[in-house]
Amino acid sequence: MAILVDNHTRLVVQGLTGREGRFHALRNRDYGTKVVAGVTPGKGGQEVEGIPVFDTVAAAVTEAGANTSLIFVPARFAVDALYEAVDAGIQTIVHITENIPVLDMTRAYNYVRARGATLIGPNCPGVISPGKANVGIIPGEITHAGPVGLVSRSGTLTYQVMYEMARAGVGQTTCVGIGGDPVVGSNFIDVLRRFEADPETEAAVMIGEIGGDEEEQAAAFVAEQMTKPVVAYIAGFEAPPGKRMGHAGAIISGSSGTAAAKAEALERAGVRVGRNPTDAAELAVAAVKRG
Amino acid sequence: MDLFEHQAKELFARYGVAVPAGRVAWSPEEAEEVAAELGTTVVVKAQVQVGGRGKAGGIQLAADPAAARVKAERIIGMDIKGHKVRRVLVEEASEISAEYYVAILHDRAGKGFLAMASSQGGIEIEEVAAATPEAIVRVPVNPLVGLRPYHVNQLVFGAGFDQRARKGAAEILTRLYDVLLGADCTLVEVNPLVLTADGQVKALDAKVSLDDSSLFRHPELEELRDTFAVDPQEQAAKERGLNYVKLDGWVGIIGNGAGLVMSTLDVVAQAGGKAANFLDVGGGASAETMAAGLEVILADPKVRSVLVNIFGGITRGDLVAQGILEALDRLGDRVRVPLVVRLDGTNAAEGRELLAKAPSEKVVSAPTMLEAAAKAVELAGAGGEGA
Repeated sequence: MAILVDNHTRLVVQGLTGREGRFHALRNRDYGTKVVAGVTPGKGGQEVEGIPVFDTVAAAVTEAGANTSLIFVPARFAVDALYEAVDAGIQTIVHITENIPVLDMTRAYNYVRARGATLIGPNCPGVISPGKANVGIIPGEITHAGPVGLVSRSGTLTYQVMYEMARAGVGQTTCVGIGGDPVVGSNFIDVLRRFEADPETEAAVMIGEIGGDEEEQAAAFVAEQMTKPVVAYIAGFEAPPGKRMGHAGAIISGSSGTAAAKAEALERAGVRVGRNPTDAAELAVAAVKRG
Repeated sequence: MDLFEHQAKELFARYGVAVPAGRVAWSPEEAEEVAAELGTTVVVKAQVQVGGRGKAGGIQLAADPAAARVKAERIIGMDIKGHKVRRVLVEEASEISAEYYVAILHDRAGKGFLAMASSQGGIEIEEVAAATPEAIVRVPVNPLVGLRPYHVNQLVFGAGFDQRARKGAAEILTRLYDVLLGADCTLVEVNPLVLTADGQVKALDAKVSLDDSSLFRHPELEELRDTFAVDPQEQAAKERGLNYVKLDGWVGIIGNGAGLVMSTLDVVAQAGGKAANFLDVGGGASAETMAAGLEVILADPKVRSVLVNIFGGITRGDLVAQGILEALDRLGDRVRVPLVVRLDGTNAAEGRELLAKAPSEKVVSAPTMLEAAAKAVELAGAGGEGA
């Protein structure tokens, strides 16, 4: 098994006719993902390499049976695209777009949650269940199926850890990039809860960074509700307070959101925290090889 | 992006939030003029984006225009906690009978807004939170519902505002919410909100943080940034579209992806060095981006080695290597320090081969991130800063 995306995923790509949307949709299809539709208002009736394009998500759902959406729409239209997907009844939405206004996203978060849909992102690399489906921009060729669930706020750090695990012969059930924005649709706990419930996932790796308190909350969740081993890595020990480090959400505000506080909270909760990505990958490999 | 007090008050005034009459002045002469226009006792306030300016002597009363000029002379140029004062706000003095605190902010943890009020105004709210947390009323506001009259009542009654101040404070809170939404703020804070001796309620100070991702729909607010003091390298990086943050170490850093770059800073520190900067070149890492990044980093005289840490995902390692070589070619002698390059991931072997074939003795290839960090620290020389 895997979480969020798998063989049952029927993907609609919002923004399929754009440069990025097209490039990654075709890569996702080459990987084996069932890409059943694209949506670009005004371009309904066209197709992209055999993928039919619709004017609305609702049409992609009724006519192509889409159940999952991947959003590649520019920032100023990206929240509208999200509401449209939710209202069309899409249950799993993966949102790649960066630089979405934070107040818009805050309202959308509350709406999506109230409607019971699952949102991954925005500002994320997507979700891959190796061997089953790849929804987003994660390079599928650097990983393979295995027993570890991976959840991360950072794209390239995820690739780094996946790659090092692959060299040790250990793959993943699913890798979830939850995104680097201050407000994202799913947090560490949402994803860890799914890994805990997934029978094929034997251990979880979480990759966090400075800013916010999601890692601290995840630590409490791990201590209270997880039976599977969890390994963590936190980036940003050297980041100065008050400076945004690339991601909109990666900022230390006053004395809160530091890497040290996060690592400490996780260690107190029994999570093994790697000193660097290599160390974290080794700990993850050890966690499943031992068990 | 945080606004200066005078900018925040100008924004408040546009939304009908009561603020004292006044204006910014960039020179003592201008301060005198503003004081003359106001025709009353004024306060001359240092405009700096740091707390504690009152204690530092950055806020002074002036009874007449000549006095305002003298006070402004004293304040402009002052250094307050490392911030140089370049301008002052000159505004009418208020006779204060009570000081309160109100704020509305984006609540990252609560995924909504948080409205706050306290009758302990005029002191740092963190101090109040530490000493008497019960003195701060916190009302979560669901963004789909918005700030409602009942929220406002919870704030002004809950915080025990003087009954003469309630109506004015309620009105200001309502309008502050309009500011928050209208200008896409992540924080609007008034400390103190004052009740004057003649019964008026006004925002005596103002703090506003704007959401950078929303500035595209507020070009007039984006322009305010032009008046900020910026680091020349950060400015140069921004003009080249690079995500750069200056730090105070001596190992220059280039990487792809925010998380990987943050991690690189940490690994360099673990190896005994200290990063000179954060620089994320994003997915592409073309020759142009690499050259621009190297240029910005090498402009920092403290830099003694550069670590290029690239993980090829969709971006192929051989293309990145080509980009690095082209950048070196373009920069020539301006590359005055050794470059340690770590390429991993897709087509990394091909990329490393390309680098190995190149004649540049300035480039050192390292197979892993940890080895690359150790090498970059070693090549920067022992002894750290200034050695």
